[in-house]
Amino acid sequence: MIKVHLWSGLRRLAGGAEAVTVQATTVGQMFDAMIAAHPGLEPFIKAGVSVVIDGEVTAGGRNLAVKPENEIYLIQRVKGG
Amino acid sequence: MPKDELKAGFRLVGTRPNRPDGLDKVTGRARYGADIVAANMLHAAVVRSPYAHARIKSIDASRALALEGVKAVITRADFPTGLTGEDWNLQENTIAGDTALYDGHAVVAVAATSALVAQDAARLIEVEYEVLPHVTDVDAAMAPGAPVIRAGNADHSVPEGMHPNVVRYIDFGHGDLEAGFAAADLIREGTYKTEATHQGYIEPHACLGQLGADGRGEMWVCTQGHWYIRRMCAAVLGIEAANLRVTPSEIGGGFGGKTTIFMEPLALALSRKAGGRPVKLVMSRAEVLRATGPTASASMDVKIGMKKDGTITAGQVNFRMQGGAFFGMSPIAEALPCAFACYDIPNLMHEGYEVLANRPKAAAYRAPGSPMAAFAVESLLDEMCRELSLDPLQVRLKNAAKEGTKSSYGPTYNRIGLVETLEATIAHPNLSAPLGPNQGRGVAAGFWFNHGGETSVSLQIGEDGTVGVSVGTPDIGGSRASIALMVAETLGIEYEAVRVNVVETGSLGVNEPTHGSRATFASGKAAVEAAESAIKQMCARAAAEWGIDPEAVEWADGAARPAGENAGKFPPLTIGEIGAKMGGTGGPISGHHESVPGGVGASFGVHVVDVEVDPETGKSTVLRYLVVQDAGRAIHPAYVEGQYQGGAAQGIGWALNEEYIYGADGRLQNPMFLDYRIPVASDLPMIDTVIVEVPNPGHPYGVRGVGETGIAPPLAAVANAVAAASGARLRTLPLSPPKVLAAIKAGQ
Amino acid sequence: MSRIHITTTVNGETAEFLTEPRETLLDVLRNQLGLTGSKEGCGTGDCGACSVLLDGVLVSSCLVLGVEAQGKTVETIEGMATDGALHPLQRQFIEHAALQCGFCTPGILVAAKALLAQNDNPTETEIRYWLAGNLCRCTGYDKIVRAVQDAAAEMRGAA
Repeated sequence: MIKVHLWSGLRRLAGGAEAVTVQATTVGQMFDAMIAAHPGLEPFIKAGVSVVIDGEVTAGGRNLAVKPENEIYLIQRVKGG
Repeated sequence: MPKDELKAGFRLVGTRPNRPDGLDKVTGRARYGADIVAANMLHAAVVRSPYAHARIKSIDASRALALEGVKAVITRADFPTGLTGEDWNLQENTIAGDTALYDGHAVVAVAATSALVAQDAARLIEVEYEVLPHVTDVDAAMAPGAPVIRAGNADHSVPEGMHPNVVRYIDFGHGDLEAGFAAADLIREGTYKTEATHQGYIEPHACLGQLGADGRGEMWVCTQGHWYIRRMCAAVLGIEAANLRVTPSEIGGGFGGKTTIFMEPLALALSRKAGGRPVKLVMSRAEVLRATGPTASASMDVKIGMKKDGTITAGQVNFRMQGGAFFGMSPIAEALPCAFACYDIPNLMHEGYEVLANRPKAAAYRAPGSPMAAFAVESLLDEMCRELSLDPLQVRLKNAAKEGTKSSYGPTYNRIGLVETLEATIAHPNLSAPLGPNQGRGVAAGFWFNHGGETSVSLQIGEDGTVGVSVGTPDIGGSRASIALMVAETLGIEYEAVRVNVVETGSLGVNEPTHGSRATFASGKAAVEAAESAIKQMCARAAAEWGIDPEAVEWADGAARPAGENAGKFPPLTIGEIGAKMGGTGGPISGHHESVPGGVGASFGVHVVDVEVDPETGKSTVLRYLVVQDAGRAIHPAYVEGQYQGGAAQGIGWALNEEYIYGADGRLQNPMFLDYRIPVASDLPMIDTVIVEVPNPGHPYGVRGVGETGIAPPLAAVANAVAAASGARLRTLPLSPPKVLAAIKAGQ
Repeated sequence: MSRIHITTTVNGETAEFLTEPRETLLDVLRNQLGLTGSKEGCGTGDCGACSVLLDGVLVSSCLVLGVEAQGKTVETIEGMATDGALHPLQRQFIEHAALQCGFCTPGILVAAKALLAQNDNPTETEIRYWLAGNLCRCTGYDKIVRAVQDAAAEMRGAA
């Protein structure tokens, strides 16, 4: 199981918890499992979020591996100039 | 590890050779967006809305079409319908549909045999407007009763009951805010405002586009990212991306403003309508300022709790930002996490709103959102340090985020260099320079995430052992030089033996633009990987020649060598010898690398500025300026310094002079460089720099992006210095002389 | 619109062109003579990217009409290197990394050359005020000023 930390705006759509726990080995599976458990998250995830794995803002998409020992945060998608 | 020890291992990385494109750029040979011609070329001009918000009732181009030399006129009717999301945004901004949404919004475009005829024709096109109520200020745009710019744009995040102009809402935080403030000895809050500013690149947007009836086309364009141009133009025009070949010109500055399209599809649509003749479209400066990406304007509330010893116990921000009349253009999602990113604060809450207004579609501008956020937070911190008689740099050091800190936006930081940056600042002689009457010193810190992004690089070994590198990230500030240094270092050859080319869209896989401070990081990392792959192939060729196992060959100093005594005794085979023979030993040798590179390292900076404020006029003069920033490792230190100095200069302009001034009629009143005043040489002192090097473990040479962080601290640093010099604490930028003078008088 | 025949000297060579009375010298240089080293950053004389010398006087060529070049001499960036050798300013700009995007560079080089022609030992302040009409958005001017100082020193030494 992996633990995904949510920003507070997402928590109210996922039962109020600071994090959700899902079964997944990739970012894609993680999103799918989160949406299955908490359908309210779907528009946010579909609109695009940044996945921060072990402190690094990733942009590698659905195939990136996630492991139980990773620290995983969702944050609003960030763009650069 | 001390910096010198780290550098000792490198032959080329950390040196300052001449940039390979330098000769072209000092002789006038370098070709920028407007510097190219094509046979049978037409020139285009654009008719723009003179109103901030107006329904387009009719367009009559008959008089223009009657003019000799006019070959095509296009309106929105010449573009496909049914686009959604960001594609619709791009199309709507390229050319207005039913409604012009801001002063300068394109309405009609015309192509003719000369630029002068095209401009004459544009003046003959009659557009009838019905003027609608408008709003340009961010707070006014979300107030009850504000004109609705476009209903139904709010996304799922916006709480019920908000004005329809509020289209995005973000909130995040951690800890217990109430307990955090309860633990504070001093709680202060303030509201801060920044006006929109423009990236201000000196080269106006320019392109030469050609599109045939078969849907195949080409474009030459000044851009930070030609794959973005390709994708966006294809979407707006309804053509296939692979059929549009986009070649980047040299680029005369971008700073984020050239990461998107503004008028490029107009050139292609005019070309298609004019039978496929190439069409050149060059913006005027007024068009650049009225209709291309400024940054957002912001209105920001900040509240901070601090103990007497300087420990920050709680922080809270509420930001409102407008990014024009289009959804998703404000950097609200970037501004919020930057607000407190420099600090280790246990209790935090961030809220932000994106608001539509009748202004041009904002584009990214150097660390989007971070300068505004830093202006608000670093100004209030400065006030609190003064009130508690604490040294502002020591307070920042006391609260500084470091490896293992839970960041303000949630995740735990990896190796970052803020503490080292603050320590280098505190040790700098500028901190002990004497200050005279009416002079004051201001400090501020800043943060940027940095970015990896889609990257594709190809590297070719030449027949004489020289090396070509094809990258997809346009060179704006010397990235050809830094990439060549890393490739030459990796291959063990001379810097001059590597030529880095920025190639067109048909030559590589998709590349994101030169944005997010990524060119030297991402294209550099990919180029090193590509070089490693070529080395492997060259070792294999040597192994075959010697009849030994490829694993028994190693690469050093530009040559394959047997790895130790047991591998056998063979003289080294140089890259030149391998290249000369490669046709007969298996064919061309090239290395490729495609990825979205991980290992991005965040960058922190601290600025110190001394300002003198004339009490008679309110004019601020920058006396001394210091930028200290973590580069991870400076591949070409001169161009790293250049990024620091350039970011500081832009931030000084934002702090003191630059702003979008809208009249009551919603029209931009200062669309030229005379009135939109960016810093000139006589406005600035020398800008001192210290390159801190806390290597990024995620890059083969330790690189952190350096392009953007430098614009985050100056707004607050200058405002803090002005407050120290004059006693006038201003919370609205720019700190123009009349505003500062009024504040001084009000304080007396 | 009728066009006017103009004869002028550009970078030491006779140049002829036909121009409408309203066309700027910058447009003529770029579009008719193929000298695209002079840049248009504003078209209103505010940025200096189009700087050229007209009879030895520094001007913004976007504020000069093509017809005004009749019988005069024009010097552009393309004429700054002589016999294949870079002018000391050009070399110092490369060595000091005094350019990033390079778009303002031709105008700044032409303006700096005009400065050194009348003042071979300018102070930092004199350089900054002389170049105040040439906008650079990338560098913060620091390395530009240093490059001009070093080029001046080099030229004094060579003289």
